[in-house]
Amino acid sequence: MSVGLLSLLLLGLAALGFGLGRQRAIASVNGDARGLHSLPQYYGSSVALFTAVPAFLLVLVWLIVQPVVIESTITGMILPEDIGDGSTRELVMSDVRRIAEGIDVLVANGATGDEIAALVADPVALKARLGDAGVALAADINPHVATASAAYRGEVAMGRTMMSVAALALAVAGFLFAALRVTPQFRARNVVESFIRVLLIGASSVAILTTIGIILSLVFESWHFFQIYPAKDFFFSLTWSPKFGGGSDLGIWPLLWGTLYVSFIGLLVAVPVGLMAAIYLSEYASPRVRSVAKPALEILAGIPSIVYGLFALMTVGPFLRDYFSQPLGLGESSSSVMTAGIVMGIMLIPYVSSLSDDIINAVPQALRDGSYGLGATQSETVKQVVFPAALPGIVGAVLMAASRAIGETMIVVLGAGAAAKLSLNPFEAMTTVTVKIVSQLTGDTEFASPETLVAFALGLTLFVFTLGLNILALYIVRKYREQYE
Amino acid sequence: MTDVIAGAVPAAKSLIEPDARTRARNAAERRFRMMGIAAILIGLLALVTLLASVLGNGLSAFRQTYIEMAIPLDAAVLDKAGDRDPEKLAKVTTLGYGKLIEASLEQMLADRGVDTKGQTAKQLMGLLSKEAASDLRQMVLAKPDLIGTTVTFPALANGRVDGFFKGRVTMESAARDSNISPEQLEVAVLMKEAGVIKTSVNWAFLTNPDASELRPESAGLGVAILGSAYMMVIVLVLSLPIGVAASIYLEELAPKNRWTDIIEINIANLAAVPSIVFGILALALFINFLGLPQSAPVVGGLVLTLMTLPTIIIATRASLKAVPPSIRDAALGVGASKMQSIFHHVLPLAMPGILTGTILGLARALGESAPLLLIGMVAFVKDYPSSPPEGFFDPASALPVQVYSWTQRADPAFAERASGAIIVLLVFLMTMNALAIVLRRRFERRW
Repeated sequence: MSVGLLSLLLLGLAALGFGLGRQRAIASVNGDARGLHSLPQYYGSSVALFTAVPAFLLVLVWLIVQPVVIESTITGMILPEDIGDGSTRELVMSDVRRIAEGIDVLVANGATGDEIAALVADPVALKARLGDAGVALAADINPHVATASAAYRGEVAMGRTMMSVAALALAVAGFLFAALRVTPQFRARNVVESFIRVLLIGASSVAILTTIGIILSLVFESWHFFQIYPAKDFFFSLTWSPKFGGGSDLGIWPLLWGTLYVSFIGLLVAVPVGLMAAIYLSEYASPRVRSVAKPALEILAGIPSIVYGLFALMTVGPFLRDYFSQPLGLGESSSSVMTAGIVMGIMLIPYVSSLSDDIINAVPQALRDGSYGLGATQSETVKQVVFPAALPGIVGAVLMAASRAIGETMIVVLGAGAAAKLSLNPFEAMTTVTVKIVSQLTGDTEFASPETLVAFALGLTLFVFTLGLNILALYIVRKYREQYE
Repeated sequence: MTDVIAGAVPAAKSLIEPDARTRARNAAERRFRMMGIAAILIGLLALVTLLASVLGNGLSAFRQTYIEMAIPLDAAVLDKAGDRDPEKLAKVTTLGYGKLIEASLEQMLADRGVDTKGQTAKQLMGLLSKEAASDLRQMVLAKPDLIGTTVTFPALANGRVDGFFKGRVTMESAARDSNISPEQLEVAVLMKEAGVIKTSVNWAFLTNPDASELRPESAGLGVAILGSAYMMVIVLVLSLPIGVAASIYLEELAPKNRWTDIIEINIANLAAVPSIVFGILALALFINFLGLPQSAPVVGGLVLTLMTLPTIIIATRASLKAVPPSIRDAALGVGASKMQSIFHHVLPLAMPGILTGTILGLARALGESAPLLLIGMVAFVKDYPSSPPEGFFDPASALPVQVYSWTQRADPAFAERASGAIIVLLVFLMTMNALAIVLRRRFERRW
């Protein structure tokens, strides 16, 4: 039974439960709803909820757990000698899955069960048949692998059936349990409300689960990486030259340098411009100017980063190359730290300005009035009164902008280049942590080589960096914030 | 106030004439103001340059050069048996159709009196896209009745010819180009004068799937738009209920304790996690661990849901907070339970704000590309995904990722396509944002 059909069935059962629960409640008081503890629909809802929700949860958990369980039993069927030279258990397992899918194709094309059994016993014929069906396999099929695939297929099918049976049984059990509870004294509303409350708590913990998922996947795969590549070299080596085939140098410093350099230039553009724009908008601009300029700047914030990336690639890069780096003899490449940095700065302007705008507006008017009363000009007030009062918030905003700059991907992928080097020349192409995560993980990836797994270690570094900056920003804002009133 | 300042600043000589110090302070004031204006102007200039660059590079993607010709669909070639059996019709390859086109092209050029400057038939065919024959084949297979008649067929021109009429390819660049020669372009100019080559609106750009490296002229956004739409459906269906449920709990029901504190800090931090980290999560969790297929909209939708949730939760909580407590008190006062007061009164009143936040969150998710790169959405996908729900598991592309993969190709015609795709993306985003603004203006209440 497919998952879609099963879901429909469960939903139908739940709808039936709603009708039945409601009817039973009304019938139990001979049609006079005043005799019930709760409104009739609560009785219906209680039956529907108890029918559908546990069953759906079971299906969800089953779908997640089943592949893991099957994987582990099937992996046990493959003996060490089945794993050829240069191969790994994972590769053999992926062969097993592929063959199982191929057999599914054969069955869909009309092969009978006996034919399949015969084919499994004869790997050479199996390979030929699979090839005819469009499932090409590189190596010959080992007999063990063939039986493992057949077992895999059997277990997957059995798991599916068992899941359907279990889910339906649970649904019916919930249905009966809830339906039998329907009496005039049954506190249906309270039950339904506590049920919904549990669902709401579940929804709010999705955020926690996401974080746990991120941390687990990063730490787990990074740990794998550090098993096959020394952590010392990763953290202290100054060269980055991945070679698919072994013997790579995977030092993080060239990438970190590129990241920090690009972010630094980005902030160099964004902080003065964004801050001055915020000051002008909140202190000087007339309401009319503000009502035009502020949304216009916010449009910049709504533009996706791929657009900025394309802008860097097609406009800013060639412009900088033709008018600055080539005439000055600083570089030949249109993708450079400068290109990515300037475009990133443009992207960050609205971020800095809208955060600073809020902070500057939060400085009480009394401080300004006091300053004007002493004879200060507006700019002196801004520089000597408003700015110091808003400083913690502004530092926080800049740190958050920095964290965004470090994590930004598309602009640097398209604008900064791919060459990992440690250089001071901003017109040279350099690369960043995010660029390398993308380049190591796109295309055909094999999760056993350090060249692929290094991306997870890079991701962990990135995560720690940005999280640290954000926490630091929060800390500064909380600790140094002036509390007015 | 004991500082002696009288000696430091000489008393002003005149009340009308400002002294040097005042002038300096006023000048500093003006400079500061100018800096503010300059900052705003820099921001606006960046916005204008950005939009102008995208529009300037991309608008031409919506026009396409076609070579229009009448093609007699000879039954003797296309349907030897004469029974219009689709299986037998499908046996005729694009090569056969290419010969038909070649003959008609020569015929037409002779009829119109276009000087072919001694170009061979093969060189003349070079003016046409390699996709033209397969387009014609598709047309015939879709409508076998056409066989035996003469159809007017607008054949796609080669990307270089297209680029020549759009100003991207010049005679000089053609001389260095192995795909086109200046002589061929001269013939193309004559054909244009004879009215054979036409430029018209390129609807195929919105509907066609991606095309291979050598055929930029037929590359379109069909699969990408469909893939993005699928993902948005998944994001909407998952993130709206989960986000609203989480916000209701945190804002209305949660006791103030350690656990809710952790959840709140968590949500704030999740909103600041770089998008590429979500891509790594999707790769490790959904693809490696759960074995979901690569390049599938379902994986993209799930990861974008996780990314959008914090945005939606923050927006929803703000609009729940904006509903005045008196509404809750009134509901509780007439005997509603806490849940009833929330679901019957607070939530409907907060709905416009929630929807606005959701649309803005969706707009963000639509433009997101970095996590999708990692889950294999950059793969070349030529087949449309089937209809949902199976289609959610078929390989597809997404708008922003399509832009990225076009920028990675060598032919500059793809750069034009990439900018065109950005225009499509921006139009979608503008529509969504405008919808959010309208919703807010119309329905949002101030208490």
